[in-house]
Formats: sequence, C-alpha cells, structure tokens
Amino acid sequence: MRFVTLLLASILGLGFAFDARAVEPGEILPDAALETRARTISAELRCLVCQNQSIDDSNAPLAKDLRVLVRERLKAGESDRAVIDYIVARYGDFVLLKPPLNSHTLLLWLTPLLCLVGLSYVLVRSIGKPATRGAGAQAEKLTKAEEEKLRSLLKLDR
Amino acid sequence: MIIELGHFALILALAVAVFQMLVPAYGASIANRRLMATATTAALAQFGLIAIAFLSLVHAYVVSDFSVLNVAQNSHSTKPLIYKISGVWGNHEGSMLLWVLILALFGAAVAAFGANLPPSLKARVLAVQASIAVAFCSFIILTSNPFLRLANPPSDGRGLNPILQDPALAFHPPFLYAGYVGFSMAFSFAIAALIEGRTNAAWARWVRPWTLAAWMCLTIGIAMGSWWAYYELGWGGWWFWDPVENASFMPWLAGTALLHSALVMEKRESLKLWTILLAILTFSLSLMGTFLVRSGVLSSVHAFAVDPERGIFVLSIMVMFTGGGLALFALRAADLRQGGAFAPISREGGLVLNNILLSTACATVLIGTLYPLALEAVTGEKISVGAPFFNLTFLPLMAPLLIALPFGPLLAWKRGDIATAAQLLKVAGVLAAATLVVAFAYGQKGIWLAPFGLAIGVWVMAGTISELAARIKLGRASREESLRRLVNLPRSALGTTLAHFGVGLMTVGVVATSAYLNENILVLKPGEKTEIAGYTLAFKGISRAKGPNYVEQSGEFIVTRDGAAVTTLFPSKRLYDSPPQPTTEAGIHASWRGDLYTVLGDPQPDGGFSVRLYFHPFVRFIWLGAVLMFLGGAVSLSDRRLRVGAPSRASGKAATAAAE
Repeated sequence: MRFVTLLLASILGLGFAFDARAVEPGEILPDAALETRARTISAELRCLVCQNQSIDDSNAPLAKDLRVLVRERLKAGESDRAVIDYIVARYGDFVLLKPPLNSHTLLLWLTPLLCLVGLSYVLVRSIGKPATRGAGAQAEKLTKAEEEKLRSLLKLDR
Repeated sequence: MIIELGHFALILALAVAVFQMLVPAYGASIANRRLMATATTAALAQFGLIAIAFLSLVHAYVVSDFSVLNVAQNSHSTKPLIYKISGVWGNHEGSMLLWVLILALFGAAVAAFGANLPPSLKARVLAVQASIAVAFCSFIILTSNPFLRLANPPSDGRGLNPILQDPALAFHPPFLYAGYVGFSMAFSFAIAALIEGRTNAAWARWVRPWTLAAWMCLTIGIAMGSWWAYYELGWGGWWFWDPVENASFMPWLAGTALLHSALVMEKRESLKLWTILLAILTFSLSLMGTFLVRSGVLSSVHAFAVDPERGIFVLSIMVMFTGGGLALFALRAADLRQGGAFAPISREGGLVLNNILLSTACATVLIGTLYPLALEAVTGEKISVGAPFFNLTFLPLMAPLLIALPFGPLLAWKRGDIATAAQLLKVAGVLAAATLVVAFAYGQKGIWLAPFGLAIGVWVMAGTISELAARIKLGRASREESLRRLVNLPRSALGTTLAHFGVGLMTVGVVATSAYLNENILVLKPGEKTEIAGYTLAFKGISRAKGPNYVEQSGEFIVTRDGAAVTTLFPSKRLYDSPPQPTTEAGIHASWRGDLYTVLGDPQPDGGFSVRLYFHPFVRFIWLGAVLMFLGGAVSLSDRRLRVGAPSRASGKAATAAAE
C-alpha cells in the first residue's frame, strides 16, 4: 500500500508529494470538452520525478508544466494522438504509463494471453478425463493406526 | 535492560527454531513419536520467546526509551500512545519483528489446536514452518536488528511520518502481515504433503481454515490501506496500481484461487497437484511482496544496488523457499494420484474457470509490476507500467469471472445443468438488464463501458441472492419451511453467499466511483457559494486551531441540499511538529448515494482559497464489499466441518453435507 511506499520513501530519504490530484483552478480550460480530453491524456502520462503517479495526480512542478503544456497543445487544435506523440518525442517512452507495444515490451503484453491459454490447457485437461487408475486403486490405503482412528470416529458418530 | 532481554529472547527463539526445523522432521522420517512430539513444545516456546522480544520493543516505544536506536529514529515523546505502539511496526526492523511474531503465532496455533492431525504430518508442517522462522530470525538479527543501543541517546526522537499517524493505518500492517504470513501455513502443509508423498481430501480440509483465516486478514488489511488512501491522500483515490499495492494484491489473488481449488480437492479429490502448486506459489508471492517492499528495489534498481545487504538476504530467502518448494513439487508430483473426473459444466468446472482467470489476473499483475525492473536491469531501458496498463489487461479478466460467478454455486458436482441454473438466475438477469438500460439512459458522461460494469455488479449480487433463495426454497415452500432451511444452512454456504454478495457490491462501488465521479475545482472567497452533485456549499471562512502535535487551518463549508441544511464540513491543512510536514485532511459527508468530499487548497493572491470538491457515488460499497467478504470468511470458518479435524456430531448432518 501507499503506507509502505511512504515508509520506503522515509527510509530511503526520498521526498514525496502525496497531496495528490493536483490540477489547480487556474489550469482548467474554460472549454469543458477540451478539459475532459486534457484530463484523459494526463492520466496516461507519468510524472517523471514521481514514483508511479500520473501528471494528473502529482503536484510536482514538472507535472504542472506538463499539464499546462498538454492544454496549450490542445488549445492550438492538435489531436490527442499528436499531443501524446509530442510529449513522447521530448521525454521518451518512459513518460507513458501504458507502454507501447514493441520488441522490448512484447513479453509484457503477451504474458496475460499466454498465461490464459497455458493455464486453460493445463487445467481443462483435467476435465472429463477419466482417472488413470480404477476407482478402487484410487483410494489411499489406510495405515493400521488410521483404521483404528476411523473406527473410533465412526463409533463417536453413532 | 528490558531491551537486552528482548534481544536475547530473539536469539533463543532462533535456536529453538533450528531445533524445531531439524528434530521433528528427523523423528517423522524414522517414525519416532517422541521426537515428532517435540515440535509442539518447540513451536509454543518459539512463540513465547518471540512474543517476549516483541513486547520488549513495544515497551521501549511506550516509555520512549531513546537510547534504543530504533525508537529514537521512529518515535517521539509527544506522540499519542496508540501511535507510539503502532510506531513499533511503522519501520523496517520493527515490522520484520511483527512478521516473525505472526509466523510463530500461526505455528503455535497448529501446535495447540492440531491434535487431530496425523503426528508425522504435524511434525513436518511445524518443521517447515520453523525453517521459515530460522530464515527470518536470522535476517532480523544479522541485518535488521531493532535492539541496537545508542551510546549518546538524543533528548527526543525523530518522530513518525504524520501521514501515518492514523487509526486505519495503525492496524493495516498487522492484518496485512497476518495475511502474508498466514499463507505460510498453506505452504508448510503443501511441503509436508510432498515429503509424505500423499495428499487426500482430509489434507485439503486441514489446510482450508488456515488459508481462509489468512485470506480474511489480507482482505481486510488491503481494504484498510485503500480506505486510508481514500480519505487521507486528498482526492479520494483508493487504488493506484502502485507496485507496493500490487505486492499485497498478488498473494490475495492467488490465495483466492487457492481457497476455491482446495474446495474441489476437499470435495472431489480433483485438482490435487494444482492446489499444492498454488499453495507454494501463494506463499512465494507473499515472500516476493516482502522482498519488493523491503529491498528498496521498487524505487529504483540503483537504490537496491547501493545498499544490497538486506535486499540480497530477502531475495535469497525468497529464492530458497520458492525454488526449494517448486523443486520438491517437480520431484514428487508424479506420486500424487489425481481424483475423480468431471464434466466441463459442473461445480468443478466452474471452480476451474475461477482458477484460470484469477491465476491469469495474478500473473498479469506480476508481469506488470516486475517488467520495468527486469527490463531496466537487462537493457538499461526505462519504461513505466501504470494504471492504464492494468485497467486494460486486468479488467477484461475480471468481467468473465464475475459473469460466471453466480452460476458456480448453482451447478452440481461432477455434472451440472446449465439450463436449470439459468432458469434460477432469470430474475438476476432481468435486474442486470434493467440496470444497463437505466445506466445508459441516465449517465451521459463517464466511460461508455461503465453501464456494463454496473450491470455485472448487480448481476452478481442478485444472482447470489437467487442462489440463496433457491437453497431455502423461498416462495416455493412455506415461510416456516424456508426459515428453517435458512437456519439449518451450512455456515460455509452462508459464508459463500455473503462473500459473493460482497464481490458484487464492491464491483458496483468501483465502477460507479471510477466512471461517474463529479468534480469541481475552483477558487472560493469567504462568503461565496458553489454547487456539486445537487449540494450547495457556502464557504464561511478559515479558522486556525492547535492539536496535540500539529497546528491546523480549516475551512468551514455549510452544505445544503434543496435549501435544507445537510451538514457543515471542515476540510483542513495540518502542519505537524515532528517531523515538520504538512498533511491534508478532507472534509467528507457520507450518504447512501455517495460521498461529498471537500479538500482545502492553498490561499490565492486575491484572498480566496483553491478548493477541490468531489462527489464519489457509491464509493463506500467498495469497503462494505470487502467487509462482507471478511464476514463471509468468518462465518465459513465457524462451520463445524471446517474446524480442524472436528468430527461430525450427527450422521444426518454429515449426509446433508455430502449431498450439497
């Protein structure tokens, strides 16, 4: 939880700003539709100096700069894609909270699918397949002590 | 003096654990009952010694003994007593001591209440449990000793991060650890079973209560952390897909899968291998969570490389237990015979689907959490994996799970009838469809998928109730007969109903608050008014006050709705003395339709204050759902049949149990 992150932060002597959800009144665009787009884009972009926070959540100065930048580009009439591309061109893929699919992230994106297929194969195999041995051989043989215990339990039940 | 006693007790506990790891296991291998029986005494002694060590540290915190380094670094004499005590586990060393205390507590519980376990199984379980204690006691003594003294004690301590001085957070770590560590029982039972070379339905029945108890603690522990984040962090976020959150979520997902697969094993002797593997993996994920959080590897690969001592130690422990467990599994798995066959449409089939989806979800969270670390370590390239990735991969796995959920308990073992089940779920289907229509008609904004999410939540809740209604023949038998059936329902069935209903409730809460959040961020001057979600808020002004160890500045907001007074909220900003740090305290008004959430921001040059107002619809369903899951677990745990080795009292009862 955040709690442990904080501990970690205090142990490592890192300063974190946890006063989250940082959009300030002055930043908000008058055009509601544009502002909604800005918020959606902001949630996808990482605050580069924070740990795992989007620029929408972080009140670090750099995050504020990026929020303002996103809104300026949107006001200039750019598409969402173009705004994101512009920021990625400046800061690299690291800024994307959802990494793009490329040769380095193939494994990341494929793992859920591979896991689903693999697990389904392994577990579904156990369905419908008759047991390898007859039902009689399946039952575990009881030791003498266990037989005794079973008898006493059965007696107790009666 | 007391602290030295504690230090000594911990070292003794290590010695006892070494004994407990070796002697009973040897006794089991040569079938010597007296050697096996030593495990019980050793487990109890080990718990007693670690309790002494822990209490001596608690004492040092309570009396503010700043000659102890750990106390000086993490406590302060002006802190309220409850936070002095919670400060014990609010730091690395103390939290590891709590970890081994809980580990020893579980071991002692098996020693005390496991009289019905076969002696060799009990001896081996306790021996495996002791081996974990040996690893972690060594870790504490060698790298993270909380009992170190200072030659020149400071006059006061450095204090605890004020954001952590909170009741929910005081008890969040103990529950979380009880969950993590509780899964060690499943692990120990799995390893013991592999060593013995046999498992059966009885084994699953012995393991299930421990797993259930651990799962309950983890559920409530995660919920507490999320609840804390919601009201403390200042905008109502309750889940961030933060790596540290994921570290606790992965064992929860695997543990949930384990609970369900152990059910199949107990009732039908199927899925044996898978259940044992899950038991090993669930605890491995708990260890990994400990490693991720304790090593510093999360903040950056470099932080880990700078001070690798602790990290390498925990990593070795993790590799040793995971690797050892899996190697043993590979060696002995072939000896375990699989049980009965079943048709795809059956209770077993449903539980298999549950396991496929939960395990895949767990693997998804795992890869998303570790991939950036691995990629950076291998190529030096830095990427980010955050909430958008998890929302895109995790949620599609949850949807089919939740849609299938109501069917599961309605299907018979071995071969179920989907048409009958669907017939019983007709009402639930209608309610879900109605929800979908209403949500589409009513909600113009929000995510277009959200109505489906709401409908799924309603479907799960209504479906769960339908299943209960069918069980007690509601409407088909007389009211007395239904009531009698309800009272006589096995507690485990009732627990399932409660927990599944909680899942549905949580789904509604998560979807509603994520998709239909209202917000209003603006600058207000005293005397001005604003509106959000039907409420009118009048900002009266700012007042200053002093708390025990902070000063605060709070705004006064008079809330009305349609002209009628609702409440007055006082969101505030606090500045703590030691360490000097600001925090934000939200002003929250809760109602059945959601929370009005107000946050006071910074003063503006024009004399106004920036103010953030949010309305979180149905947000409390999230934690209410978690509480229901916890209660469901508790009710199920109280079932006679689950209690360790408890024989059925009446054969009639046993027959109904077998028939269901």
